[in-house]
Amino acid sequence: MSAYYTAILQGSVLTVGVSLCALLVSIVLGLAGAAAKLSGRSVLVALATFYTTIIRGIPELVLMLLIFYGGTIGANNFLEWMGSEATVDINPFVAGVLTIGFIYGAYMTETFRGAMLSIPKGQMEAAVSFGMGRMQAFMRITAPQMVRYALPGFTNNWLVLIKATALVSLIGLQEMTYLAKQASAATRSPFEFFLFTAALFLIYTTVSLVVLRRLNARYSLGTKRGTL
Amino acid sequence: MNWAVIFEPQNLALFGTGIVTTLGLLFSSLTVGAVLALAFALLLTGPWAPLRWIVGAYTYVIRGTPLLIQVYLIYYGLGQLEWIQARWNDVWPWTHFKEPFFCALLAFSLNTAGYTAEMLAGAIRETNAGEIEAAQSFGMSRFQVMLRIVLPSAMRRTLPAYSNEVVMMLQSTSLASAVPSLMDVTGAASRIYSDYYLPFEAYLAAAGIYLIASFALIGMFKYSESRWLAYLAPRKH
Repeated sequence: MSAYYTAILQGSVLTVGVSLCALLVSIVLGLAGAAAKLSGRSVLVALATFYTTIIRGIPELVLMLLIFYGGTIGANNFLEWMGSEATVDINPFVAGVLTIGFIYGAYMTETFRGAMLSIPKGQMEAAVSFGMGRMQAFMRITAPQMVRYALPGFTNNWLVLIKATALVSLIGLQEMTYLAKQASAATRSPFEFFLFTAALFLIYTTVSLVVLRRLNARYSLGTKRGTL
Repeated sequence: MNWAVIFEPQNLALFGTGIVTTLGLLFSSLTVGAVLALAFALLLTGPWAPLRWIVGAYTYVIRGTPLLIQVYLIYYGLGQLEWIQARWNDVWPWTHFKEPFFCALLAFSLNTAGYTAEMLAGAIRETNAGEIEAAQSFGMSRFQVMLRIVLPSAMRRTLPAYSNEVVMMLQSTSLASAVPSLMDVTGAASRIYSDYYLPFEAYLAAAGIYLIASFALIGMFKYSESRWLAYLAPRKH
């Protein structure tokens, strides 16, 4: 019995791994998407708008199955077309990270775009008049303040992303949820194992919340708040 | 690409059943969830501290754990409890725990109730103090203030956040396919995938159906916002 609990605990490492890798993908996509939406070039704006609109209308699970099963067949057809005998299996870890990262990249795009828009225009003008280039102005002026404006939305996205990692179990990645399901099938006592997994997820989200709130307090230092 | 397969009558019928199941699950869980959410929100903003803590703990746990695990807990977990096993053969309402649709419905309702209760409670707390003061100075009781002033305005102000929740819930119903023998849109796509080995066509068709449903829901909420939130819209001139 306790061996199953140990296995689920070990599976939690994989859950943390999937979520962190997916977060990285989503941050990169989110920054690119926000930059595209604010670039003012109609092609880029249309592309980014298409991305954020479509993603929010399709369930994560359907996208994940599409990428996992469709990707496997697509890759194999491509290899065959190239005249290769080899076959590939898409790794569920990679499929999960890519899908979740791709989905939350859309949500991050909106968060980052809002954060960039919140920075007063005059600061950018001041930076330009100091002779800073685009990259310099981004690193020195925009990025540090973006953290503050983006943190509340980022926190929300991150908490939803953590919970989405449970779906990766459905394409066969052996993380907590998958192991809990196997354990409950083997022992006929699903209640304990799912409760245990739920508790682990709750710990993960609670710790994230505490850390991100601290970070928020740190980055909001010196901000004036209006009081009535 | 072999789209003809999707449009064969039996597969169209499969998607048709899927759409009925998905929409049925969505609207029934939203209805049950909304009733529960209203009760929870009143308790969250109410005067009884122990009830506030209990409901607060409930929404915290619901919002902090994946919906998939909640579905598993109810579908696989509850059936293990002897107390339910002793009743689910003949004592109503426990007989329903043998039906996958009911289990999914219960999980989705409890889930959306947790999220919606927090939204509504937030809106109730943010009600303009002057409005409540005015109502009290008219001699309205606590119950009357709630019914006539706070709730109508709080429910309207929850609309934009609630529209997000409804679209999220539509997508969450795809988890019903994780429960065997429930044939929702995702389940139908998975069936077609395994029958014909056509993942792109099957899942793209499902994605298209969800997209259309999402846009229809968003359109409905845009309309209801223009109907019930018009008084809060920025001035046009």
